[in-house]
Amino acid sequence: MAKRKIISGNHAVAEAAIKAGCRFFAGYPITPSSEIAEKLSEVLPKYGGRFIQMEDELASMGAVIGASLTGAKVLTATSGPGFSLKQENLGFAIMAEIPVVVVNVQRGGPSTGLPTFTSQQDLMQARWGRHGDQEIIVLMPDSVQETYDLTIRAFNLAEKYRTPVILLSDEVISHMSEPVDIPDEVEIVDRAKPDVPPEEYYPFDSSKGLVPPLAPYGTGYRYHITGLNHDKTGFPSNDPEIVHNQMLRKLNKIRKNTDDIVEVEEFKLKGAKYAIFALGSVGRTAKQTVINLRKEGVPIGVFRPKTLWPFPEKEIIELGKKVEKIFVIELNYGQIIGEVERWVSKYTEVEWYGRATGRLIPPREIGAFIKEKIE
Amino acid sequence: MKTEIVKKYLRLDKMPTVWCPGCGHGIIMGSLLRALELRGRSKNDIALVSGIGCSSRTPGYVDVHTLHTTHGRAIAFATGIKMMKPDMSVIVVMGDGDCAAIGGNHFIHAARRNMDITAVVYNNGIYGMTGGQVSPTTPYDAFATTAPYGQMEPPFDIVELALGAGATYVARSSVHNVPKLDELIVKGIKNNGFSVIDVITPCPIAYGRRNKLTADPMKNMQWVKEVTVPRKKAEEMSEEELRGKWITGVFRDVEHVGLVNLYIELEEKLKRAKENKGEEA
Repeated sequence: MAKRKIISGNHAVAEAAIKAGCRFFAGYPITPSSEIAEKLSEVLPKYGGRFIQMEDELASMGAVIGASLTGAKVLTATSGPGFSLKQENLGFAIMAEIPVVVVNVQRGGPSTGLPTFTSQQDLMQARWGRHGDQEIIVLMPDSVQETYDLTIRAFNLAEKYRTPVILLSDEVISHMSEPVDIPDEVEIVDRAKPDVPPEEYYPFDSSKGLVPPLAPYGTGYRYHITGLNHDKTGFPSNDPEIVHNQMLRKLNKIRKNTDDIVEVEEFKLKGAKYAIFALGSVGRTAKQTVINLRKEGVPIGVFRPKTLWPFPEKEIIELGKKVEKIFVIELNYGQIIGEVERWVSKYTEVEWYGRATGRLIPPREIGAFIKEKIE
Repeated sequence: MKTEIVKKYLRLDKMPTVWCPGCGHGIIMGSLLRALELRGRSKNDIALVSGIGCSSRTPGYVDVHTLHTTHGRAIAFATGIKMMKPDMSVIVVMGDGDCAAIGGNHFIHAARRNMDITAVVYNNGIYGMTGGQVSPTTPYDAFATTAPYGQMEPPFDIVELALGAGATYVARSSVHNVPKLDELIVKGIKNNGFSVIDVITPCPIAYGRRNKLTADPMKNMQWVKEVTVPRKKAEEMSEEELRGKWITGVFRDVEHVGLVNLYIELEEKLKRAKENKGEEA
């Protein structure tokens, strides 16, 4: 029996983290994500977990990576400016393939921007905020319930693919309170452990598949981890062939598993002539827009990736083949439009509407824009 | 015997090191390895963490859990390890740039919260790996590739910084006094809190050549001897005589409970409270 209760998006992250097995949190205060840290500072020690407020965002990102190497499931949470500071060690976690979950509750930017208001301006920072080539998993919830569910999924994906996963929330989703069904049992994934004795163990051994097991510290497996390009043993290498093969494996563990990682919501798309492409909180206004327009006889639905990265290429191409127009509605000045066009401009027309003023765009305004474009 | 101890902890297949002839880093690593032996922990219970720079290549050569992180952030990573593995000996090796420039914030906060980590600072007063730029501990008036007219800023005193920030074991030695260095590192690892061992070491290639020491290892070692003064001797010297010198010795060695132990106490308290509540119900 699931238990139903009313909680905020940020508290949903904290509760789901505990449920998923998270036992370490390191963070730094920042609006609008601080409630996650506050809640976990209270709850973690009751579950045998540990909490630390670090001296800055860079340190909190470093601390969760260190803790993850001991085998713990770890979380850090931040918002826009703090997310910028996390990028350095987030890149390290990608390179060293360390499972961590990072929550970025988006607020208005750039810089200090609109600290207490929403935006979706970090879509590309989440994808490309670090230097160097890489794949990254980014999930975007549109409700408190989905925040809970995707937080658990974020931990599972991080463990399964031995990689950082970003939960990209926004101020609206994080601060609103909604009823959430807390399930008694959830599916939990734990990282693969070595199946060989220590002397035969290599932390980046491609012969173990795309995701080599990661041995927790203190279990008799001693190995080296570095942010330098490395060979299967973890020691630095600048041999072009080794660099190439390790890079490809790291990229392919995500690229070749997009079917497993990608989730999209389709709302009233069956038989629709038009579609709204929406992410996170915009999904809510987009659905209301569709309900309104459907009453007026407009055959329209919503296409909403719950997985933003890797981008749901296959799914959006399918959509592009079916509908006459896709309306991309964003809380920014044009970020994901480029990615949508990249996949569907061959098949359908794409229209864009958006702004980042800290507020959601009302359904009537989106509806008016759509009607103008289809008349 | 000493060679055997060093060999026991080295990853011999990773030799030779990246360090230049005359560099003092290998001497510090040797001391660290002997200290590990004296401390008597299993290799499986030791984590060695570093940031970026010449010093930070140390973990690659040592057969324990080794983590080579980002510039200045080693202490942050080490904090995460120590929080979740309190029984592990967690040691951080870093350069003066790592410690007192880019990682200064992590350094002072680890000291403030008395994290049970031992920080060994390979202090050569220069950015060696990037080619000899001025560092936060470059002596006043010394030359560096980014101080072609001489360093105009005073150097950071890492010992004073650690003392001010609350580290519970603070010491300084040099690669000129190896037996002492072994002893100080052992004490640092044994201390149940944040320990800092600032080690004065030469960089003949990036520092010596630009500062009238040439690349000659002996001249650079002589310089280390000249710029380090034991505490006792320093007490008899004037301020003028002490200018440009590093005072060596133990500056603090106190017992004070750190964050990790406080956290474990909290967990036990919460557990007891829960059990009592259960009994009442």
